[in-house]
Formats: sequence, structure tokens, C-alpha cells
Amino acid sequence: MSESAPKPSSSVKLVLLGEAAVGKSSLVLRFVNNDFQENKEPTIGAAFLTQKCNLPSRTIKFEIWDTAGQERFASLAPMYYRNAQAALVVYDLTKPTSLVKAKHWVAELQRQASPGIVIALVGNKLDLTSDSKTADSDEEGADGEDDSGDARKVSTEEAKAYAEEESLLFFETSAKTGHNVSEVFTAIANAIPETSLKSARGAGASNTAAGRASEEQRVNLGNARESGSKDNCAC
Amino acid sequence: MGQDRQAAEAEERPPLPPRPSTSASVDPKNLQAQATTAVTPLEIQTLSFPDGSRGTFSTPGARAVSNPMDSGSSTPRRDKDSASPDNDDAASVTSFAPTMRPAADIASLLAGGLPKRSPAWNLLRTQSSNVHPFEKSQSGTPDKFDDFAREFEALPEDSGEQYGDEERLAIWKSKLKHYMIISAAGKPIWSRHGDLALINSSIGVIHTIISFYEGAKNPLQGFTAGQTRFFVLTQGSLYFVAISKLGESDSQLRFQLEALYMQILSTLTLPTLTHIFANRPSSDLRKPLQGTESLLSSLADNFTKGSPTALLGSLECLKLRKSQRHTINNTFLKHRTDKLLYGLIVADGKLVSVIRPRRHSLHPSDLQLIFNMLFEAEGVRGGGGENWIPLCLPAFNNRGYLYMYVSFLDEEGPDVKVPGQEQASPTAPGEVAMVLISAEKESFFELQQMRRDVAQQLAKSGSLAIIRAAARAGRPRVEGIAPGSHISHFLFKSRANVQYCMGSLDALFADLDERRKLMTIYHELHASVHAKLAHLKVLHSTRQDATALAWITPVFEFYCVAGPNMSRAMMTQGANKIIQWAKKEEERLFIIGGGVF
Ligand SMILES: Nc1nc2c(ncn2[C@@H]2O[C@H](COP(=O)(O)OP(=O)(O)OP(=O)(O)O)[C@@H](O)[C@H]2O)c(=O)[nH]1
Ligand SMILES: [Mg+2]
Repeated sequence: MSESAPKPSSSVKLVLLGEAAVGKSSLVLRFVNNDFQENKEPTIGAAFLTQKCNLPSRTIKFEIWDTAGQERFASLAPMYYRNAQAALVVYDLTKPTSLVKAKHWVAELQRQASPGIVIALVGNKLDLTSDSKTADSDEEGADGEDDSGDARKVSTEEAKAYAEEESLLFFETSAKTGHNVSEVFTAIANAIPETSLKSARGAGASNTAAGRASEEQRVNLGNARESGSKDNCAC
Repeated sequence: MGQDRQAAEAEERPPLPPRPSTSASVDPKNLQAQATTAVTPLEIQTLSFPDGSRGTFSTPGARAVSNPMDSGSSTPRRDKDSASPDNDDAASVTSFAPTMRPAADIASLLAGGLPKRSPAWNLLRTQSSNVHPFEKSQSGTPDKFDDFAREFEALPEDSGEQYGDEERLAIWKSKLKHYMIISAAGKPIWSRHGDLALINSSIGVIHTIISFYEGAKNPLQGFTAGQTRFFVLTQGSLYFVAISKLGESDSQLRFQLEALYMQILSTLTLPTLTHIFANRPSSDLRKPLQGTESLLSSLADNFTKGSPTALLGSLECLKLRKSQRHTINNTFLKHRTDKLLYGLIVADGKLVSVIRPRRHSLHPSDLQLIFNMLFEAEGVRGGGGENWIPLCLPAFNNRGYLYMYVSFLDEEGPDVKVPGQEQASPTAPGEVAMVLISAEKESFFELQQMRRDVAQQLAKSGSLAIIRAAARAGRPRVEGIAPGSHISHFLFKSRANVQYCMGSLDALFADLDERRKLMTIYHELHASVHAKLAHLKVLHSTRQDATALAWITPVFEFYCVAGPNMSRAMMTQGANKIIQWAKKEEERLFIIGGGVF
């Protein structure tokens, strides 16, 4: 509503990786539609979504590949991270094996993805831990239904130490309550180097054969979502 | 035996003139009216069924042996040249008591309906024919479908103190339909109901029985216990088992199990599946199949609810004007990329448009898998965005993967935002999906571009609005097609096009249980006219709560159901009207050829 002068906009290709059922699709759903589904079905293959994010200086359009975590799809992953400028590697902080898997993804990205890729390590399902209640009092998810105790199995310190070692962004989130979700994406948007943003534009156009037509269409498609998710994306 | 029973019943009845015949086929009114319909000439004869087959059905309760009925038949006319149904496809007409069918078809409701005819029912029968099928007032006793919605509920959790294992097993056993997949080595792979831990011993028993026969080189196909039919399909190292109290025929159950097998192939491909078991027969297939469970379950539930698509092995299309479909096909073809193998536009699970290479057509069983994934299971549709899904279409090629681009077309632009229209059918979502299939796994962005171009053009030309409106309008109502016919529902399959259309389910069959009863009748009719030695071309059946008609020609298969008071003549007349309509509307109801490149 308050947007008067159009800001420069650029697109950022982002891929989500991580073990099955850690909440990749749920994070995307929270970010794009500000919604959460209790029993989300596993992703088959991959899903492609877009969402805009307003920074003070520019608008970032995320082109998101939400990949399937199941083992049988693993061989397709390179296709999705190959041109990515950012990656969100997700683990479930109630499940230690998922952090192991996350480390594998980080290593693979560092070996195979484009050199400048911005990687964020994300521990999801924070609402299942006891510290989630004290964290933000204004979160909608302080619903007390998980009072059964602390399901945390991966300590913040451990994951944070690893993230620092590998120079990754690090967040603990809850797709369920929305805690920290938009912050992850804002941080990524801010972390993408300005130079890489310029070139991103060119790369984007070359990937979609006719860039102009698609731009037009996207505006159309995005309208409903944008207005609904502005408050969500605080960037 | 039947005579005795009839006599006994006659004594119980109060003398209520006019006493209706227990057999529809000798109703004099019916005989008089016959000449006005295309199903004529109709010759009533008594069929001599082997008596033994009756005896096998002396089951208690609702399945009691029914009254014998007169049956008519004549030699089927094999007039291959005259494909037109008008020319008289009515080779034979018969009414029948379902218990006379071979034991394999332990059909159920038809038999269940027949025995006791209360005075109240007789009174009703003398009334008009607009009594609907399955009206509650007619069946005083509760039937097995009263709780049908619970069939699909999950078993209570293990952790709850409320339910012990015994209770949970009891709930498990109360399900009307089970599907299981077991490896030949005895590893449970998937079961529609119950966690594998709970039912492990039951699966063990089933596996033992199957392997015993397998070992004796005399594979077990199926067996019957009480009212329950066990049917087994063996595919390589996998046993597929259906356990049904719904009365489907063996070949119908086989078709359902084959669909489950196709789903597994679609996930893994045949070489991978073979490889897994060749290496290690005791492999646990659950891991590689992870994520496929919900697809298997939605397929299974679709069969349990009763799916005309599965029954007829064909697809349903969205009814559109020929010129409109032509425009859509052309738009679709015009924006095709080189990477495209098949393109589909689908609205509410109904096919709108197909484009394909000249050399290839699409197999209905492959399309069933795709439709199941998109419209029955939640995974793809619930995710939002655009999807890129590797899958194997086993009927097309069971050895490799294709890549499927799926996008649901959002409500966009002003074309559909007519408020009045939305109020008219708030439940019909009018969901339109574009499905683009390629053999190249890197072709996502090309297909995405194609989708944008096509969607944009369809929106601009108004085609998208037309598709949405047609989807919202729903299936045709019988009232509109054959006014006054009192036919409640019909299925019409065009054999050449491998497509079908059917009447609206909204008014009379909106509830799951009513829809299941309807589908049960269709399954029974279908089983009878497709039985191996059946020469039936027309079959009319009467039961306490409904009447039904099946009519098979080389061109079409037609099935319909009406209320219990419907005379055969009325039924035939109504059927004729619907068939005439289907013929007239053929190019709107069905996709003929589709767009070819
Ligand atoms: N309590 C809680 N549950 C969550 C959260 N995020 C996701 N879930 C649940 O975890 C399950 C899996 O979530 P998905 O988003 O499908 O996980 P995914 O990583 O996309 O899984 P795949 O697509 O199979 O790789 C679902 O039942 C979600 O409802 C969260 O933040 N808190
Ligand atoms: Mg997912």
C-alpha cells in the first residue's frame, strides 16, 4: 500500500535440503502463505514456489526449490542446487540423525554448488522444546498443548558451533508458530552479495526462455499472496 | 425350495390386493410396455441354471437364499456390422436372482435385499415409481453401511490407555475392506488399516497360507470365509491381498490389486523392484517405498468408496462444446515445447484436454495413477506452487522415469470472479491443473514456460472461464436428460474412447454410504455382464430397495439404477433416452482423439 516508488528488484534462487519430515515444506508454506498444516504429506520430487521479500533498499524475489527429503530422490538434488545462490539446510532439533544428514548436505553443497552460495542451517520444530515458551511471549503458538516436556535432542550450542565453523547462518525456527521463519529469509536476502544479485538477474532470464512474458504472468499470480503475506515477511 | 418359501411368505402376508409379483419379469405391465422401446424384441424364457449354484448360498441373515426368479434370454445376436445401438443391440434380456451366480461373485446386497418383503414394502411398491433407491424407511434393519464413513478412520493410537490391543484388533477386523502387500519372504510391506506391529500375526497367517499353495505349485487365487472374500495377486516377489466384505467379483478385486502394483512400479520402476529382491529376497521394501503409502491408501480408499473409473477401466471427461475443446486443444498444441511428451488439462479430476505424439496414446491405468496423485492424495495439491515429479508410468514404459510438471491454475483475473456463480456451488472448487510430462529431467523451466503461455492464452480467450464454469456446473442431472424417467443414476461408457460419463451424485448419493450402495449395484451388474461365460447383453435386476439395468453393446456399456418401484418398461424407456442423449452429445462428453502432434 505504501509502496510508491518502485524499488530495484532482483531474484534469488534458493534451495531447501534436509532429511525427510524435518519441515522443509512447512517452512516454505509459512513463508509463502503464512500457513501451517499439522499433517503435511511428504513432498514427491520437488516443488517450486516464489515469494517476494521487501528490503529497505530493494525487493528480493525468492525462487524456491523445496526438495523431497526421501532417500530415493537424493540423486536429483544437484539439479536443484546447481544454480542456487542460497540454500536452507534444515534439521529437526528433536531428531539427532537429521543433523547428521544436514551436515552431509552442507558438505555436498560446499563441494558441488556455486562457490558463493549462502547457506543457512535451520533447526526446526522449536515449538516442541521447553525454551519455545519463554522465547517470545507474543507468538501465537504459546498454546501449551505441548506441555509434555522438552523434546529437544540437539542443543543450540552444538549446532551453533558447527554453523560458525562452516560459516553458515544459523537459526532455530518453528514452522508451526512462525517463530524466526521470516527472519531466516531476511537474513539470507541480506547476506547475498550485491554483485551476485546483479548477475542473478541475467541468469534468471536465461533460464526461463522468454523472460518478459513470464514476468507479466508472475505479477498476476502473486497478487493474492503478496497482500496476505506482507506482515509475514518483515524484511 | 423356493416354492415353499414363497408359499410361506404368502401366508405371512396380509391379503393386500393387488399383490405384486415377487418377480419383476412376469409383471404383466412390463410385458405390455416392452414394444415401445429399443430393447425389443424381448422374449421371456426360463433359464435353466444349474441347481447346485443356488445351494451354495445358504448363508444366514440378510444373505438368505432369495426367491427364484423367472429369467428371460435369447441367443445374442452377433451383428458386428451394425455398430449403432439403434439397430437393436438388445440381443437378450434377463432378470435374475443374483444368488444364481457362481460362487466367485459372492454378491451381496442384491441378494440381501430380496428375501423378506414386508407388507409396508408391498404397499410402497404399489405406489409410484419415484421412490428413490435405498430410502431409509424401507430397510428397517441397520445395514453394514450405516457406519461407512468410519471405514476410513484410522485405528486409535497405540499409546492411548483407552484402547488395548484387543479393542484395536476388533476395530481392525470390523473394516469392510483390507488391502495388504507382503513380500514373498514374508515381510509385511503395507496394509491399508492398522499398524504393521498390531496385525503382524494376521499377516503371518495370510502369508503362510499363500506360501503353502505357492510351494505346492498350485498358487492360491482366493477363498471365501463367511461373507468375506480373500483374493490374492502374485507379482514377482510380492503378494497383494484384498479382503473384502463388499461383494466385488474376483476380476474386480484383481483390477484393484493390479492398480496397487502399478503404483509401486510407478514409484520404483520394474528393474529397480526386481533388482531389490534379486539381491536380497528378504529386503524390506518399506524404505524404498517411503512416501508412497499415502498414494496406495488413497487408491485403496477410492476403490472402497466405489470408483466408476476403476470399475469401467476408463476416464471421465469434462463436458464441453466441441468448438470450445477444439480451441483449448489448439492453444495447448500451439505453445507446445519440444521437450513435451504428453500434456493434460484436468479439472476436478475430469479430463479437459490431452495432447500427445501420434505414436503414443495414454493408458487409462497410467492416468488413474496421475489423477490419484493429484486429486485424491493431499501431497501435491496441498503443497502449493509448481511441482516437478519423477514418476514411472508402467503401462507406457515400466523401465524408466518420466518427469511430470504439475501446476494448479490459481483463480486469477476477473474472468471467474462472478459472485453469483460462486454461491451457486460453493462446494465445487473447479480446480484446474495443467500436467506436462517429459522424458527429460532437466526440462522443468521449458515446461514452466509452456504452462505460462498456455494459461495466459486460455485466460485471455475465455477458455479458462469456460472450463471452470463447466467444472462448477458438475455432472449432468438425469432429470435434465430424461425428464420424468425416475432413473436415479447412470453410467455410460464409450468403449471406443475408453471414457465414461455419469449422472450427478449430488442429490441422492451425496453420502458415502449411499454412494457405496449405488456402486455395489454397479459392481454386481458389471460382474454379471462380464462373467466369462455370460452372453448377457441386457440385464434387468430388481431388489427390495432398487432396480437396475445393464446394457452392453460393442459401442457402449450402460448401467443405471432407479427406485424399487420402477417397472422394467419405464426403466428401459428412460435408459433409451439417456443413451440417445449420450449419442447426441458424444463429442461434448468425450475427447475423441485429442490433440495430436
Ligand atoms: N511441531 C512442529 N511440527 C512441524 C513443524 N514443521 C513441520 N512439522 C510437521 O512435521 C511433518 C513433516 O513436515 P514437512 O514440512 O512435510 O517436512 P518435509 O521436510 O517437507 O518432508 P519431505 O517433503 O518428506 O522431505 C508434518 O507433519 C508437519 O506438520 C514445526 O515447526 N513444529
Ligand atoms: Mg516436503
